[in-house]
Amino acid sequence: MGWKNRDVISIEDFSIDDLEVLFKLTDEYLEKGHPNELLKGYIIGNVFLEPSTRTRISFEVAAKKLGAEVVNFIGEYSSIKKGESLFDTFKMMDIYTDLIIIRSPIEGTARYASDVCKKPVINAGDGMLNHPTQAMIDLYTIRKIHGRLNNLKIGVYGDLRYGRASNSFILGIAKYPNNLIYAISPPQLKLREEIKEKLKEIGAILYETTNLNEVISELDVLYVTRIQKERFPDPAEYEKVRGSYKIDLKSLEGSKPELIIMHPLPRVEELSYEVDVTQKQAYFKQVTFGIPLRMALLSLILGKM
Amino acid sequence: MAEETEMKVTKIRNGTVIDHIPNGRALSVLKLLGLTGKEGLTIALVMNVKSKKIGIKDVVKVENLELDPSLVSRLALIAPNATINIIRDYKVYEKRKIVLQDVVENILKCTNPTCISRQSNEPIVSKFKVISKNPLKFQCMYCNRYLMENEVILQITERGG
Repeated sequence: MGWKNRDVISIEDFSIDDLEVLFKLTDEYLEKGHPNELLKGYIIGNVFLEPSTRTRISFEVAAKKLGAEVVNFIGEYSSIKKGESLFDTFKMMDIYTDLIIIRSPIEGTARYASDVCKKPVINAGDGMLNHPTQAMIDLYTIRKIHGRLNNLKIGVYGDLRYGRASNSFILGIAKYPNNLIYAISPPQLKLREEIKEKLKEIGAILYETTNLNEVISELDVLYVTRIQKERFPDPAEYEKVRGSYKIDLKSLEGSKPELIIMHPLPRVEELSYEVDVTQKQAYFKQVTFGIPLRMALLSLILGKM
Repeated sequence: MAEETEMKVTKIRNGTVIDHIPNGRALSVLKLLGLTGKEGLTIALVMNVKSKKIGIKDVVKVENLELDPSLVSRLALIAPNATINIIRDYKVYEKRKIVLQDVVENILKCTNPTCISRQSNEPIVSKFKVISKNPLKFQCMYCNRYLMENEVILQITERGG
């Protein structure tokens, strides 16, 4: 399936070949620059029903760098507050804009939007479920630094129960052959059953543990996530796990020199600032690659490349 | 059908026979049909009889009641391979095979309160993918949450009758 007019709802919907097309165009934009007016005349609709810093801004910057206009729809200041349905909101955005980017705290919102809209829909995060464009950036970062996406030992550390970025990343990296995925989390924040079954279905090798120490010396990549406080149904449950893990220089002792530390950001208290200045830090590279990758994504979906 | 059932229950004159119900689910089928036994209808319920088709099965026979077609799609969820025989004057007047589609729409409810399909102000219908028929296992096509057999039966029979 080509990229033109394609919805981006889940990383599961994209093959290794699809992703390679995206990564090659991202390489091209990074190395040779991008066309400034490629998307001139297009209007991109940003529908954000939940707070966002990097995702919203990077989509907006990516669109503007290619010459598109961006309209921002912020749930709090819209008719949703007056009780308007998402259905009507999506219908309106479908009429007014050429491509719709959606973030929502409700799982399945982007899939619903893609049912309602004729224009392409990009999921910028829906509840605890999917964050496909973050996963694309994460994969691209590994490809760029390690030069491959296979034969890797990857630790994913933190809130694997509620973290959409970590779940999408796991489902993304599991597509590539001979990777070993270590899911490292406090017992209350283990990977959800449906993710484990999906991994089994695609033949990925998963090892679950609560102890980072046990595996740190093996890893090529350590992907850290914060505890998703906003997704806990009971605040008391959050308090029980709060501060239960942290990556600092001491926790990285014994790791391979080539280990990289990734994080989708924002960080709260699970990743020490002291890691920032080490060679292992890759999270600001993820931030950097966010713009060219999202530019490549918009170019492909709008059929310009 | 030279199966054990015939030996256990006599033929009915008019009514419905639901055959090839997965064993152990006959009571849930009665509940779905809204039958409590207080309606005055003759009901025969046979459980755990041998079946060439599905190994062990349950059978439900209800005299003087023809199954409401609107219940068939829900019946398919708890008895995916069942056969419905409408009996008139001791003869099979109509035979209908129940088919469970790969996607079930607008019958089940997702158990995840933050699933888009649970948002009351949206004109949305629930959609579930069938993962397994025995034991029953469905997956919400919006949020991926599983719905397991006990929950499916509870949902189906609670709204029965």
